[in-house]
Amino acid sequence: MFEAVLLTVITAATPLLIAAVGELVVERSGVLNLGVEGMMIMGAVVGFAVANQTGSGTLGVVAAIAAGMAMSALFGFLVLFLVANQVATGLALTILGIGFSGLIGEAFIGVPGLRIPSLYIPGLSDIPFIGPVFFQQDAIVYLGFALVAGVAYTLFRTRLGLVLRAVGDNHASAHALGYSVIKVRFLAVLFGGACAGLAGAYMSLAYTPQWVENMTAGRGWIALALVVFSSWLPLRVVAGAYLFGAVSVLNLHAQAHEMVNIPSQLLSSLPYLATILVLVLISANRRLTLVNTPACLGKPFVPDR
Amino acid sequence: MVQQTRSGMDVLLDARGLTKRFGDILANDKVDLVINKGEIHALLGENGAGKSTLVKMFYGSLEPDGGEILWQGQKVSIGNPAAARELGIGMVFQHFSLFEALTVVENIALALPNPGRMTELAKRIESVSVDYGLPLNPSDIVADLPVGIRQRIEIVRCLLQEPQLIIMDEPTSVLTPQEADLLFLTLQRLASEGCAVLYISHRLEEVQRICHHATILRHGKVVSECNPANETPATLASMMVGADVASVSAGAQKPKTGEIRLGLNNLSAKAASPFATALNSISLELHAGEVVAIAGVAGNGQGELFDAISGELPVAQEMVRIDGKSCGSRSITWRRRQKAAFVPEERLGHGAVPGLKLSQNIVLTRHATGDRLTGGGFVSTARANALEKHIKQEFDVRMSHDDPEARSLSGGNLQKFVVGRELDRRPGVLVVNQPTWGVDAGAAALIRQALIDLARSGSAVLVISQDLDEIFEIADRIAVISRGYLSAAEPAEDMNRERVGLLMAGGAEAQGEVA
Repeated sequence: MFEAVLLTVITAATPLLIAAVGELVVERSGVLNLGVEGMMIMGAVVGFAVANQTGSGTLGVVAAIAAGMAMSALFGFLVLFLVANQVATGLALTILGIGFSGLIGEAFIGVPGLRIPSLYIPGLSDIPFIGPVFFQQDAIVYLGFALVAGVAYTLFRTRLGLVLRAVGDNHASAHALGYSVIKVRFLAVLFGGACAGLAGAYMSLAYTPQWVENMTAGRGWIALALVVFSSWLPLRVVAGAYLFGAVSVLNLHAQAHEMVNIPSQLLSSLPYLATILVLVLISANRRLTLVNTPACLGKPFVPDR
Repeated sequence: MVQQTRSGMDVLLDARGLTKRFGDILANDKVDLVINKGEIHALLGENGAGKSTLVKMFYGSLEPDGGEILWQGQKVSIGNPAAARELGIGMVFQHFSLFEALTVVENIALALPNPGRMTELAKRIESVSVDYGLPLNPSDIVADLPVGIRQRIEIVRCLLQEPQLIIMDEPTSVLTPQEADLLFLTLQRLASEGCAVLYISHRLEEVQRICHHATILRHGKVVSECNPANETPATLASMMVGADVASVSAGAQKPKTGEIRLGLNNLSAKAASPFATALNSISLELHAGEVVAIAGVAGNGQGELFDAISGELPVAQEMVRIDGKSCGSRSITWRRRQKAAFVPEERLGHGAVPGLKLSQNIVLTRHATGDRLTGGGFVSTARANALEKHIKQEFDVRMSHDDPEARSLSGGNLQKFVVGRELDRRPGVLVVNQPTWGVDAGAAALIRQALIDLARSGSAVLVISQDLDEIFEIADRIAVISRGYLSAAEPAEDMNRERVGLLMAGGAEAQGEVA
């Protein structure tokens, strides 16, 4: 029982984790992309469709990443090169993604899906409890953790990460020192799109292997909230994502077993409430939050050449 | 004649006919400039004369539209700041160049092509900074550091690139006189080691003190070159402005003791954010007829003090009194109705709404104070327009067409407008933060004279300024703010630069803690 719960927690947390860590990189560069939900749902439908047509889960995942990047490239072009309003453009991207994914996915409603296979490591995977929880997940779960570790290392230990943080902190100074603010931001936006696409693919190829319209159900927005409330720190994103996963799974079990006599609507809203509450409490350290907040977040940049 | 003796083997940088155009405006018009090795070269000019544009072309952040740059005799094209740094050109910016959320070592690493490992770079920073008498702690976060230290970071960042030319943009505007002296020593040492310095400033005394040569720009053109040692501040100023600058007259001495119009009584406020300054039991009384100035280095609580007096930052009721009425927690409008007026430091975005017309900006601060600009929920456009025309004439605000948006005015003109808008009310208490920041000499004299005249007519004027020349020119009494502590206001004739400098560097704090 406990093992099963833990396994579902991991699957519930993974898409949030991946989308949030991508958006974290975008926001660290100073760009606010509110289109995470739209990019995710596009990743979900394209991933499902390609996997269904080709029979290859891997191709589906690759296609989902490409779809997320294509969406983010559109966003990046509009806000970075044409200096469109980031909030409005991001909202439009979400609306576009939800509508367009419904159109693409119409033919796939009710079609049985394909689940990405779990890894099997001889020996390790056979250990009771530890094996199934740690060594029998699908590749995307491990990829998610690798992403977080990679992003955390890159942000705080490499020159690339330093430049990214510098661009997000003060784009005028970065420009004055000779860094290409627009290029750095565009690459960050593309990375965010790739992550959102991958998170979407996880929804339709692993979490619930089928296509249902609007199946991301606001997870893109939760990912956005996670980034802010985690004070733009990658490891806190992990904590937030797993908390959300845990509470949503507990809530499912509670409803299934009718363990408590609480209205189901309240229970359903519990993961959202709990995650935000806990992260608000964590981010109460205002100094840490302020130092980590990208000062140029959402501000347009036009070089003065 | 001068040019001949200055050309030769020692020429480091030779700019010929540099031209830069922004839209209709010719920012630099065929500028010639020669910098020799080991020379401290002053670049003088009023705001908008084209100094910044010129040095940005040297540093590769702007591309010239015409002309050429010769570096050690070779024609070069400086495409970006990295190319400039590779040639050996470093720049110490005044604004917009440090990353507040990053540490000292990270800030410096960003400017170096191959910073190497952070730990080794940190050691190099420590040794170079100590060597030049500018000690730095590499792991400090910039946001926590005072302005003087921040400038050190910029200088050390420059030194680590082993430059042959350092460009300094208004380096002393944020320093105490003592910190400035330390900077001059560093510059003189660099020059003696053969490094050239291009020194942008409008403080003529210091240019005379340390510079070997001066080039003066006006409206984008070189109007004159000279050896500053052979000039006086007055002759340098008239070269910059192109006319003699009217001197401000304090006029009749102030009435001995007018009634108290503005009183601050143990005014304290916590810092609103980690980057803000707390105010520590500040007490001050302003009498009718006098101008009191608060000196201090930027970021020592000036903004917070201004906000507390104007009502943007509510404090306990009895901490602020206007004409005897306690109003520490009253609104800005309430205080304006008590004949108080406020001019904040940031004119665009705080003092005026950029996208609104001047007449609309007038309504924003004066709707409640008897001009009948609003009635029954409607705005009287006619009265607002009439006021706008009046202020424009009274304070010589120049504009291309009638009633433009605030953002379309140049800095100096907008400053004349935001100060004029409040002065025109004949306020009983006027609080103004940085009244002439970034304003050319002519307009500054006009504003300063208007402040003195207002005080002499029976009002109390509080000027918060970082410009000591300005303070000594207009103030009857001077107080100094340092880390949120205010020293006692003393008659200007009892103060001098050294004393103000000591108070700025923490003396005010010590005094405040005792009191």
